[in-house]
Amino acid sequence: MAGSFARVLSSKRKVGILSLVGAGSLTVGFFMNREQHVSAGAHVRRIYPPSAEYPDLRKHNNCMASHLTPAIYAKLVHKSTPNGYTLDEAIQTGVDNPGHPFIKTVGMVAGDEESYEVFADIFNPIIKERHNGYDPCNMKHPTDLDSSKIRGGLFDEKYVLSSRVRTGRSIRGLSLPPACTRAERREVERVVIDALGGLRGDLTGKYFSLTQLTDQEQQQLIDDHFLFDKPVSPLLTCSGMARDWPDARGIWHNNEKTFLVWINEEDHTRVISMEKGGNMKRVFERFCRGLQEVERLIQEKGWEFMWNERLGYILTCPSNLGTGLRAGVHVSLPRLCKDPRFAKILDNLRLQKRGTGGVDTAAVGNTFDISNLDRLGQSEVQLVQTVIDGVAYLIECEKRLEKGQDIKIPAPISQFK
Amino acid sequence: MPFGNTHNNFKLNYKVEEEFPDLAKHNNHMAKVLTKDIYAKLRDKQTPTGFTLDDVIQTGVDNPGHPYIMTVGCVAGDEESYEVFKDLLDPIISDRHGGYKATDKHKTDLNFENLKGGDDLDPNYVLSSRVRTGRSIKGYALPPHNSRGERRAVEKMSVEALNVLEGEFKGKYYPLKSMTDAEQEQLISDHFLFDKPVSPLLLAAGMARDWPDGRGIWHNENKTFLVWVNEEDHLRVISMQQGGNMKEVFRRFCVGLQKIEETFKKHNHGFMWNDHLGFVLTCPSNLGTGLRGGVHVKLPKLSTHAKFDEILTRLRLQKRGTGGVDTASVGGVFDISNADRLGSSEVEQVQCVVDGVKLMVEMEKKLEKGESIDSMIPAQK
Repeated sequence: MAGSFARVLSSKRKVGILSLVGAGSLTVGFFMNREQHVSAGAHVRRIYPPSAEYPDLRKHNNCMASHLTPAIYAKLVHKSTPNGYTLDEAIQTGVDNPGHPFIKTVGMVAGDEESYEVFADIFNPIIKERHNGYDPCNMKHPTDLDSSKIRGGLFDEKYVLSSRVRTGRSIRGLSLPPACTRAERREVERVVIDALGGLRGDLTGKYFSLTQLTDQEQQQLIDDHFLFDKPVSPLLTCSGMARDWPDARGIWHNNEKTFLVWINEEDHTRVISMEKGGNMKRVFERFCRGLQEVERLIQEKGWEFMWNERLGYILTCPSNLGTGLRAGVHVSLPRLCKDPRFAKILDNLRLQKRGTGGVDTAAVGNTFDISNLDRLGQSEVQLVQTVIDGVAYLIECEKRLEKGQDIKIPAPISQFK
Repeated sequence: MPFGNTHNNFKLNYKVEEEFPDLAKHNNHMAKVLTKDIYAKLRDKQTPTGFTLDDVIQTGVDNPGHPYIMTVGCVAGDEESYEVFKDLLDPIISDRHGGYKATDKHKTDLNFENLKGGDDLDPNYVLSSRVRTGRSIKGYALPPHNSRGERRAVEKMSVEALNVLEGEFKGKYYPLKSMTDAEQEQLISDHFLFDKPVSPLLLAAGMARDWPDGRGIWHNENKTFLVWVNEEDHLRVISMQQGGNMKEVFRRFCVGLQKIEETFKKHNHGFMWNDHLGFVLTCPSNLGTGLRGGVHVKLPKLSTHAKFDEILTRLRLQKRGTGGVDTASVGGVFDISNADRLGSSEVEQVQCVVDGVKLMVEMEKKLEKGESIDSMIPAQK
């Protein structure tokens, strides 16, 4: 905690001392822990005991609801981060959205880097459940963006139609999308496009601000499948991420349309490397190079990414901690997908399937989006290698089935290497 | 986030220009009134419960404009919002309520005997009659800002007060979160059930938080007197029935409201009210009486007449579709109600509806006979 504070104070922003005093701590000192009986006309904030404020989670099925006990709630409800973010704000999205039919949602977000420390008593068990047993209390997360370590990664394009790697990055010292002020959001935009403007060679590109798109630009971005729209998912809108839309939101991409950055959507930045076809190795190489170059450029101006060795890269949603990385392919597996062993094979390879429309869609035809299951506890190189090895295995299975040969369920690969 | 006074002090580290919202494409009352100077003056203020300027305006920033109506673009989080942020809200109130000045006084008149007529609207044209208003419980934050604990307390107090009612007002409370399927079906077919808001105008103001916790519907046995708890306001009170007897609807409305208020006062809680703004509600558009008295009326010929809108304006009435505030009319049936809320009393506003609808039905009958209505067009009231 002291380390991240030092970074905040050393970054090139004037941080008022007042901002470091949490609002919640003042209120607790002033009121006693029971309702103040107020006669009509008095001017005080009603403070109720935590038991009167505890949300009704009986019909809920998300990670927050599974772990937020009344005791934890009571312990944390009057705390706030230095910027004033509170537990009730962090859990609002999980209270408002009891459950999703396809996937168990996380149900809480971070408003700033310090949220993960101040509310660790609820974040830690959620992180452990969501990240398949990674224990933030005693494990360390490795970061490795050295793409030269990758073996293989050139897929048969008869099967692999496209390859993509995405992650997110947050700018240390600025609040995250659920909590940021308009000025902070605009500063994120300024810092990031300033850095992206310094990219050269195949990474040279251009920024399109959502507030100033011409009709023609908008159409082009739609045709390229690059445009993102105001979130409609209540999972996002209930956490406040869509406030002030489309102020300070935008899309940057290189001229070749293989490296793309979203600004101020669900995270400060989402970074995507992609191309048609099966050259995942090149996609990852460009991903690493682009990310490291952007990092160098923001550091020149005195900024850095939010990162620590317990949680890796810090992002808004706990599901994206660690690498925040999803590396995947759109792959055609007409025979394998009908085999009853398909799900188990994916499981053992630590891969997940999605429809080609994204996280909450179903598959169409025989083409699937196959990507890494894990985010936290393994490095970028490890996860991408897992995808490469796994997809290669799936293609092998498909080819064997084409020839009428049998396939085998592979042994489960180990999770934390 | 609207809830909590988070970030406000921290925001003050940034300059006004850096925080001021981009309202270039906006068309609502807030966007018309808010200048950088007003923003600068009010940005470091909070109400006693911690509601801030950005909380007030968030819905207007997030919703640039509505196709059918000029929206207000701001909300109150508590009674004091109207005082602390008066430099922004007074001009908005003036724009919205026909030039109402900061020094004007509002009169309340819930004496139903002062209404003349209203029991003789032709039921061949007037299909149903309804009067609604809202009430806020003094000392409690409003829906954009209240915590779960406060909202539950409002529910508890409201249910206790409603359960005391007797005679024609005796009824039952249906909390949204523990409704049976059968109860839900019944409330839907009675057209009583309210659902989680979907309008972005309400969602952006934070009014749907924690849904359906603390929300419910109360109605009497005859289904002519209905109260919504913790939807867009603490209480929405509705009196309604089929046909055109607005006099009876208004009588029941006044009597029921006053009985509810008596019970609240016995428990040391009044309604939010003052002699300048009348009844204080979440949206500035509902200040004053908070009253919308209206009918569903068949006016297929009059509604297509070139002067229909002008007639409505002169009668101080407004039209809506029968689905509510942001819908279009179906089959020549309109929802016609009073346009004013602030600066005239309940009796005066319902009188406008009664007199205006009566006149318009006569006009419709004339047009049916192929006669002109030019001589009937009223002067501006």
